[in-house]
Amino acid sequence: MANLTVEAQNARIKRSMRNDRIATGILTLIVGLVMVIVVSMVLYILAQGFGQLLQPGFLTEAARANGTEGGIAYQLFDSFYLLILTLIISLPISLGGAVFLVEYAPEGPITKIASTAIETLSSLPSIVVGMFGFLMFSVNFGWGYSLISGAIALTMFNIPILTRVIQQALEDVPASQRDACLAMGLTRWETTLHVLIPAAMPAIVTGVVLSAGRVFGEAAALLFTSGMSSPARLNFFSLNFASPTCAWNIFRPGESLAVHIYKIYGEGSPEAQHIVWGTAALLMICVLLFNVLSRIAGKALARRMTAE
Amino acid sequence: MTNETDQFLKSVGSSEISKRTAGVAISDEVVLETRDVNVYYGDHHALHDTSLKFHKGEITALIGPSGCGKSTYLRSLNLMNREIRGCRVEGEILYQGRNINTTKENLYELRRSIGMVFQQPNPFHKSIRENITFAPKRHGIKDKATLDQMVEESLRGAALWDEVKDKLDQSAFALSGGQQQRLCIARTLAMNPDVILFDEPCSALDPISTLAIEDLMTSIVADRAIVIVTHNMEQASRVSNRTAFFYMGDMVEYGETDQIFQRPNDKRLNDYLTGMFS
Repeated sequence: MANLTVEAQNARIKRSMRNDRIATGILTLIVGLVMVIVVSMVLYILAQGFGQLLQPGFLTEAARANGTEGGIAYQLFDSFYLLILTLIISLPISLGGAVFLVEYAPEGPITKIASTAIETLSSLPSIVVGMFGFLMFSVNFGWGYSLISGAIALTMFNIPILTRVIQQALEDVPASQRDACLAMGLTRWETTLHVLIPAAMPAIVTGVVLSAGRVFGEAAALLFTSGMSSPARLNFFSLNFASPTCAWNIFRPGESLAVHIYKIYGEGSPEAQHIVWGTAALLMICVLLFNVLSRIAGKALARRMTAE
Repeated sequence: MTNETDQFLKSVGSSEISKRTAGVAISDEVVLETRDVNVYYGDHHALHDTSLKFHKGEITALIGPSGCGKSTYLRSLNLMNREIRGCRVEGEILYQGRNINTTKENLYELRRSIGMVFQQPNPFHKSIRENITFAPKRHGIKDKATLDQMVEESLRGAALWDEVKDKLDQSAFALSGGQQQRLCIARTLAMNPDVILFDEPCSALDPISTLAIEDLMTSIVADRAIVIVTHNMEQASRVSNRTAFFYMGDMVEYGETDQIFQRPNDKRLNDYLTGMFS
């Protein structure tokens, strides 16, 4: 380097600076392209569906004529109900798994196999998970097309995502916090429960809400498990949990928004297309809201926990 | 900052005592003792045959270059090394004459008697009050009056009370680094331990906060033993009664602090003190 002439050095600097400018240009272009794709998709779907969303009764009425008329109130309810059921099942399992892997698991083959298994589960195609759910829960267990079968199928790919997120959140808690607890004579469990999980809470909440967005938009795994139709009439005030019309009955079939889009679009009746677009717009708005909400909730929690 | 320091120095007022007593041994009552302690990380033999005694009312400094084994040794004294995967501690560690380096030892019980303060101030993500009451509550103290008294006494003990008494329910993270470290000491004091281990407690602090912590150590040592790992030679000579010098996993020389600093016997110690290496 030292024996280069001044001219050679200057040429080299010029070259580096030119390369830097080219790279900046290309990277900006790529990001710009991605943004154009996303924005135009969102705008197109909103333009197609927003009018339908504002139609009176679309969000509050039940579907009629096999979904080609009326509203999507039950599908909207079923989507959220499926999501809540899924979270109720998958959150404790994922939390337990993540805590075990981060805090307890001894280094060794069993831990490695467990980690690999969880990662494999996350890359299974959702249609395969749905098929397994159908054969296992709907047929073998005799639950038929039911919300609970759907929720368990969704749980199967929510677990790896959640476990990974919670694992990361726990690992990001500074080791000094763990040390402080253990050095004060607290057990590993007390340390985890009272210090590590609270400290990791903002990241955990962000992860849970983000995964909720994914679960909410899932269709393939639900086709075979929770089915492709909601009951024609749902009674939200019934507490007879065995009744097929009771909204809260987890053994009744149910249809998520995403499945509803698939079904109505597949039936190809042109007069029902506005319903498809309306549903798509609603689904997209919900998922976007989940994303925004996850950031806001995570930040608010983090602010509350650190200095106020 | 200056106001905080003034307040602090007024509330401690022990600088004079520390100047009088540091440098020489003042006690022969052994609280904690190790016999031929060896520490391994996997196959790596990190500490060889270390035998030392720690006396009630005295501060013992552990000095030596980075990686010499002094922190490893310190973390063996309350068996914190057991929390590190692949770490093994061999030899006898006698607390009040009883060997605690056994599989039967109740770690949780033990660590209440042998407290520890870390390099980075590490308060919990809780209020100042809860930072102190958290562990005692988990250990079964429920009475509010007792807990309140504990908060005040330990904060006074750590010379922090006057600075925080009006904001006990605020987050501990609103405090300055030096205050956080004193809160960590208060938290340890609340359990009234017989031994407190300090792992380079001032390395993340400014010089004034460092002096504050040093004064604090001198003021709380009376009825317990303190062991401090430090990189700061002046700190060791200012506060400690005895000093042990570690080098490459060996405890090379041990004696009264004045002797160690003024008349070192081992050549390596002499080289270290004169700055031949660090």
